[in-house]
Amino acid sequence: MAVTVKTFASASEAAGALSSDRTARYLGGGTLVMRALNEGDVSISTVVRAQDQALTRIDASAPRITLGAGVTFARVLAERDLAFLHAPARSIGGPAVRNMGTVGGNLFAPNPYGDFTVALLALDATVAVQGGFGSRDIPIEEFLQARERQAGTLVLSVSCTRPASSEAFRYRKIARIKPKGGSVMTLAAHLPISGGRIAGARIALGSMAPTQIRARAAERALEGRSLDAATIAAAASAAIEGTSPSDNALGSAWYRREVVGVHLRRLLSGQE
Amino acid sequence: MSKIPLQFRHNGRDVAIFVDGGTNLLVALRELIGDMTPKFGCGQGGCGTCSVLIDGELHLSCLTLAETVAGRSIETLDGMKQGPNLHPLQRAFADHFAAQCGYCTPGMLMAAKALLDRNASPSRDEVIEAISGNICRCTGYEPIINAILAATGGRVSA
Repeated sequence: MAVTVKTFASASEAAGALSSDRTARYLGGGTLVMRALNEGDVSISTVVRAQDQALTRIDASAPRITLGAGVTFARVLAERDLAFLHAPARSIGGPAVRNMGTVGGNLFAPNPYGDFTVALLALDATVAVQGGFGSRDIPIEEFLQARERQAGTLVLSVSCTRPASSEAFRYRKIARIKPKGGSVMTLAAHLPISGGRIAGARIALGSMAPTQIRARAAERALEGRSLDAATIAAAASAAIEGTSPSDNALGSAWYRREVVGVHLRRLLSGQE
Repeated sequence: MSKIPLQFRHNGRDVAIFVDGGTNLLVALRELIGDMTPKFGCGQGGCGTCSVLIDGELHLSCLTLAETVAGRSIETLDGMKQGPNLHPLQRAFADHFAAQCGYCTPGMLMAAKALLDRNASPSRDEVIEAISGNICRCTGYEPIINAILAATGGRVSA
């Protein structure tokens, strides 16, 4: 079925069009919306686009980096200042998908996708959105919890603070098909160290719940401690708490629950 | 619903067509231009057989809204041969038995061309990475990897 395509020069005009039409979907890189159209999703009757250059802007020089929602994973990989995000960007699709898929779109990618968002969740990112109410910043965790209700808003950008060191941020995607493939599970950890102890631990999991989630029990096991074997073991055994994975072709919920602690231990231990 | 006029460059030639809103580039190429070299595989971005180059960058035509290529340059396998001669990649695919059923071949060749256009002497790992978005169910990938390496003049395994 043909759809109406509305292209706007500014993000605010596109946001207005999105918020006033429940059948409208925003087209970023196309990897979600075009796929839905190809599958005959009749809930979409309007496709909204914006050619606003602000949506593809990268500000990577400051300690707090900002990525426009339309920035592709290929562009993240081309940016030396974004080295800490290269592993999550590289773990997504093949080259064509990385040339198309965007940071903003990834926030809406359902399981077993949305790997980049796992990294952003561990980095306590902020999502800037614009809707009929104007623009505002939302903590990424809050954004994800209300993801199903975000259809009428346009994501403008995401921002997060650069990790203090490469050791402080870790990422691991478990996939059956390498180098690409959907996620059995995805893990990211941000472990800021203050005075030899972890201060502000963040562990994020993908494909372990309907949306990407924080592993809060594992974070509590790490907080205020040094990253030694006992701490890692405690965090690994707590990793399962709060998860609610589902079965899919890549793995069963039972399998995911069984191995999440194993993979968190490997991530925290620095094992390949 | 009215048709939308669309102009772009297709394998070095300007084309002008009318598309329905929401038409993907793959449908536009195959059904409106008659270029049957990009194949329909999964329609989900998972198989890579519809891969084309847009302004020299590898994209999945099934996930590209046709309207977004207005004024841009599209390359498909149809435009790959050089006059009467095969492109070195096409020749290498033939010489190294890199096609069996052939369905993935157009996408594989476009992915390989995207790689070689920016890196004339890739490593084996870089070749594997370059075709990682393209599924082949026949060859086991080894002949394809060897063909791409051979096209660069690199050594290939027996």
